[in-house]
Amino acid sequence: MWNYEKRLQYPVKITQTNPKIAQIIITQFGGPDGELAASMRYLAQRYTMPYNEVTGTLTDIGTEELAHLEMICAIVHQLTRNLTPEEIEKYGFDKYYVDHTLALWPQAASGAPWTATYFQSKGDPITDLHEDMAAEQKARTTYDNILRLVKDPEICDPIRFLRKREIVHYQRFGESLRIVQEHLDSKNFYAINPEFDIRQTCDCPQHK
Amino acid sequence: MSECPCRKELLNQINEASFAVDDVKLYLNTHPWDDEALVYFQEYSRIRNEALKEYAKHYGPLTIDTASLSCEEQWDWIDAPWPWQEGGC
Repeated sequence: MWNYEKRLQYPVKITQTNPKIAQIIITQFGGPDGELAASMRYLAQRYTMPYNEVTGTLTDIGTEELAHLEMICAIVHQLTRNLTPEEIEKYGFDKYYVDHTLALWPQAASGAPWTATYFQSKGDPITDLHEDMAAEQKARTTYDNILRLVKDPEICDPIRFLRKREIVHYQRFGESLRIVQEHLDSKNFYAINPEFDIRQTCDCPQHK
Repeated sequence: MSECPCRKELLNQINEASFAVDDVKLYLNTHPWDDEALVYFQEYSRIRNEALKEYAKHYGPLTIDTASLSCEEQWDWIDAPWPWQEGGC
């Protein structure tokens, strides 16, 4: 289960609206390499993960991604709050506005809706951790691309924080992959799939 | 009652200590034998919990576990601004 904490992981205080940049940044909410897909990917993959270090990593990074999703939504909200119909037209926000007014909805910068096909949960730890490492790098590139377009320091500051977290998560998933491989046959990592070929047994004292 | 601490300073302290906890928690998951990291976790976890309690007493709760410290007379979980709003955390 989860408890809500009534604060952002890193502060977002944007004083100037900018609906044009909001339409770019929203891709990190509902786009292919965004925070929603990241969180769902890790939280979905953890149930069949047989190693505690890796299950913990998927759980805690999947949870942190929810906090990042909240920061992205706060940024988009603060960039679009109190817009007038004139501003909506002038900055090309009309196509989003007609369907969602000023509410948040998970979509890519292109307007494509969020979909579960943005991630995989394959049930093989080597495969899933390679996907997770790639996902962190793709999100890092997206933040780098955003930073080339954004000039407002009030927007850049939280985006830089999020970019740095992608690098830390990549590191932790790399360590997770090493831990998985240490459990496997060093002459052939692919001899078995430990999420399928090793049957999980219950260690609880009452079942011994 | 103790002197009212500055809201901004207290919030900074919560954010910094919470970040230290978030970061070292991920490190400890893949390095559970690292005693130095464990001591670091314990120190910042203590700072975070104390600051959250102090904040709740003066400015309302940020977590449900500290809500009982400030809402003895009335339910105040919904009173302070939400994090994305002006004046939010």
